[in-house]
Amino acid sequence: MMNTEDLAGLLETLCPMFLLVDDTGHIKQAGPTLQKLRPNAPLVGQSFLDVFELIRPRTVTTVPALMSMAGAKLNLKFHDEPRTALKGLVAPLPNGGGAVINLSFGISILDAVRDYALTSADFSGTDLAIELLYLVEAKSAAMEASRSLNLRLQGAMLAAEEQAYTDTLTGLKNRRAMDYMLAHLVSTNSAFALMHLDLDFFKSVNDRLGHAAGDYVLQQAAHIMVEETRSDDTVARVGGDEFVIIFKGMTREETLTAIADRLIARLNEPMTFQRQSCRISASIGTALSIHFDVPNAAGILHAADLALYQAKRDGRSCHCLYSTLSSAQP
Amino acid sequence: MHGLINRAIQSFVCATYGQSCWLRVTEAAGLGFVEFEAMLVYDNDMSTRILHALSADLNRPQAEILEDVGTYLVSHPNTEGLRRLLRFGGVTYVEFLHSLDDLADRVRLAVSDLTLPTLELRELSSTEYQLCCFPGLPGYSSVMVGVLRAMADDYGALVMLSHDGQQGNAEVISVTLVESAFAAGRHFDLGARSG
Repeated sequence: MMNTEDLAGLLETLCPMFLLVDDTGHIKQAGPTLQKLRPNAPLVGQSFLDVFELIRPRTVTTVPALMSMAGAKLNLKFHDEPRTALKGLVAPLPNGGGAVINLSFGISILDAVRDYALTSADFSGTDLAIELLYLVEAKSAAMEASRSLNLRLQGAMLAAEEQAYTDTLTGLKNRRAMDYMLAHLVSTNSAFALMHLDLDFFKSVNDRLGHAAGDYVLQQAAHIMVEETRSDDTVARVGGDEFVIIFKGMTREETLTAIADRLIARLNEPMTFQRQSCRISASIGTALSIHFDVPNAAGILHAADLALYQAKRDGRSCHCLYSTLSSAQP
Repeated sequence: MHGLINRAIQSFVCATYGQSCWLRVTEAAGLGFVEFEAMLVYDNDMSTRILHALSADLNRPQAEILEDVGTYLVSHPNTEGLRRLLRFGGVTYVEFLHSLDDLADRVRLAVSDLTLPTLELRELSSTEYQLCCFPGLPGYSSVMVGVLRAMADDYGALVMLSHDGQQGNAEVISVTLVESAFAAGRHFDLGARSG
């Protein structure tokens, strides 16, 4: 059997964070890296349990209990600051001659290299500590690069959404597209008609049968509006259950009334969603650009709004032309 | 070509010759954009066109420019993180040279889709080494000459480097270690993580 001196020399090479304790739990030898953690307090001569607190298993508070932990994984901490967390393994020496306790940093290594200014030379050649530190740095750098890419992509996505002209639920144009179209028609002095359509009883479908049914109804309504208009008319969903249809070049009130009546008639037909019948209707107000001396977007939208309110007052499922209102421009 | 490689060239050009030079080069190369993303992958052809345009703009051979890229990657504060990662390779310059055998694997651990050519160090004597750069990335051996030179400064070693031509399909760089502790070198603190 080798003597303590030889054993300590061997351990120093293999595991620079070892402790050799005697049968009373006093430290007889300490590895150089472990001693480097407490430069002003020689570990040799101190009692193991005075230097370290066992975190797990907590029940180990006596030397015999410690000695009985052979082969089990220990979690411990220094009693004093910095309270670096360590992992440990106890290997009792034969014939009650004390034990070798090997310690390592585990996950606390990132803080430990900084707190104690450790270098490659403080770790044994087979220790994966340096590789771990390398990996943490390399992965952090790669993660940072990915994160900054994600941020830029997110910014681009938001910008794209903002620039989109489509209502994603119905596939119709959205409010932005409608505003754009309206401004374009006004600025080119084109004749057009604008219909403001509001679904009646939509809220009750939503409340009674849920959002899925509500979404289905909006999609069906959108489908009907597209079918009943020409391909170069603009059909836009501008609010929850509000739609605007712009008819380019349209100046005939009779045609508009006919279209509005057809829309109302078709929207009045019951729709079936998952064997549930959904009944809605529509009120429509219409304004024509030719009824304005100097058409402007806000003015025409407002006129169609006023007509829509009148249609609602007339009882639902009605169409009202702005030109028939007493408040209309001459 | 991986965005990290393109980004390295972009960073080098901007830091060394200025943003205006980079804009001229991307224009001449017909890139259609001016910023490479580090974590995206681009057509190899783009990198080829960039290097071609850069060489014409600076009126310098590509190999010479790529050597400077290698030096830049190790010595410029912009890329301090990379220097640190290379320093993890070893405590001395010779240990660092030996760690180059694992460089491609180390890189793959960090960025799984970045594939660098295999490197192989041959030790002819304790002061004479040959580094074989296997194919896969045109111009890689030129970049490595720059890296080896700058890392020697970093470790404080005095070395002589030269291209030794082709051996089989590998390009060979010969490294002669004149003095392993010529100067103090730069400090490397394990715990001081860069940016």
